[in-house]
Amino acid sequence: MRKGQSWFNTTSVALGFAFLYAPIVILVIYSFNDSKLVTVWGGFSTRWYVELLNDQAMLDAAWITLRLALLSATMATILGTLAAITMVRFGRFLGRSVFSGMIYAPLVMPDVITGLSLLLLFVSIDIDRGFWTVTLAHTTLTMCFVAVVVQSRLVVFDRSLEEAALDLGCPPFKTFFVITLPLILPAVVAGWMLAFTLSLDDLVIASFTTGPGATTLPMKIFSQVKFGVTPEINAISTILITIVAIGVIAASLFNKRREVERQKAERLALQG
Amino acid sequence: MAAEAKDGSGRLRWLIVAIPFAWLLVFFLIPFFNVLKLSFSTRARALPPYKPVFDFADGIAGFFAKLQQLTLANHLSLFTDPRYVEAYLSSLKIAAISTVLILIVAYPIAYGMARAPREWRSMLVMMVILPFWTSFLIRVYAWIGILGNEGLLNGFLLWLGVIDQPITILTTDWAVYIGIVYSYLPFMILPLYATLEKMDDTLLEAAADLGCPPIQAFWKITFPISLPGVIAGCFLVFIPITGEFVIPELLGGSGTKMIGKTLWYEFFNNRNWPLASAVAVVLLLILVVPIVLFQNAQKVSEAK
Repeated sequence: MRKGQSWFNTTSVALGFAFLYAPIVILVIYSFNDSKLVTVWGGFSTRWYVELLNDQAMLDAAWITLRLALLSATMATILGTLAAITMVRFGRFLGRSVFSGMIYAPLVMPDVITGLSLLLLFVSIDIDRGFWTVTLAHTTLTMCFVAVVVQSRLVVFDRSLEEAALDLGCPPFKTFFVITLPLILPAVVAGWMLAFTLSLDDLVIASFTTGPGATTLPMKIFSQVKFGVTPEINAISTILITIVAIGVIAASLFNKRREVERQKAERLALQG
Repeated sequence: MAAEAKDGSGRLRWLIVAIPFAWLLVFFLIPFFNVLKLSFSTRARALPPYKPVFDFADGIAGFFAKLQQLTLANHLSLFTDPRYVEAYLSSLKIAAISTVLILIVAYPIAYGMARAPREWRSMLVMMVILPFWTSFLIRVYAWIGILGNEGLLNGFLLWLGVIDQPITILTTDWAVYIGIVYSYLPFMILPLYATLEKMDDTLLEAAADLGCPPIQAFWKITFPISLPGVIAGCFLVFIPITGEFVIPELLGGSGTKMIGKTLWYEFFNNRNWPLASAVAVVLLLILVVPIVLFQNAQKVSEAK
């Protein structure tokens, strides 16, 4: 019976991963297709990558998107970490349920509603829409994701180290930077990366809150995709997928190494 | 002692709460009231394209005069015009069917992952997360090349000889379901895996020893244990799918009615901002029930 079960398990996991990865693999393969047609394989070629390099509008959009993602992810990480500390450490305070509501609601809120409401805010306070309004919008959305990621680390955090530092007269502000922050750093970094990729990826909120001169890469891709599949879009998608994959794998290897080192240190401490 | 030190830093503590709180108040909560106000306005050929526009210069009398210009017409048209009613109902239907489909597809995957050798598990989890990190738009786009009339799936089926002419999948609801299941799958797998992984194997062994058939053991032991994961996963996918725009726009056809699309078209194509706001308000009212339930579920798991 156990053998039959594990056969079923292996098959379902294998099929599941095939489903998750096949479209991405196909997309990557066809970015190297010499033919412009999707179903016809015209031989290996990198011509679409060369064409991409000559597409100034696409490169501009990529540059704007990158700056936007770096800036909004950094702001979101600061705000989100503060929000996580508020939720885990400060127990009950006036407006606490409003606060946690504002943290969790954006996680599931349909993009069209968030985008529309932010745009109408920007219109009613009459500020010029463009790069900065999208940055504010992305910061607002992604700080909630950062807050949830950091919060989950803070919940299992051992506070005795902090208390020891405070008892020994270390000021709270310094304690945070010397003790707390290094210990929750993996979660903060993960939160930053999540915020960065969410910003890189967002189409709907950016479309609502942007203005003239600030077309992001997803907006550019979206406007071209409506006319069907083009190998150039496959090429830029492949580049994005590669960057993200390298980032995620590097981060997880880094975390694993930290974990191994920590365990080694613990063992040494126990022996000593 | 530690508590004393913290009391000494009351101002710091106040700042830590106030900064994110104020930010979310200004950029998340207040904008919703703004949308609510605008949903009672009327479309106008002006900048901004609605009236009335409240202004401090109006004075109190002017304020009340403008207040009377607010109307319920937008909301009423959402309930009387069959196009909007249909879009809301169709969104809820698509979201409900997709949620069930995702659960059915995700469960065996999460179960298999949770029963995989321990040393593989963290890698399997990372492999589920990895496509989630890659762009949503790109992953939806990938399906256009697969599902189209000239696409790879039709090419493959023709080559197999299963069909003798291409079948239309893209621009139908089928393509929308495939795209939704594909895009939202990780959101269901991860919470399911988290609960299934903690399950004690000996429970199943005990059931088997006592003569309980595996299928019955599944429904009596495994499924109830995984229920928190099932609930979290269902909320995480159902709510955003209801307002989904990108997938029905790119994979669906003109017959695919979803409210996210309606809102987008009213806003960008018809430039009817008040009506788009009313669409958002009613959508939010529909989603408030599942959102509040989701938050309560989060709070319960937080408390644990």
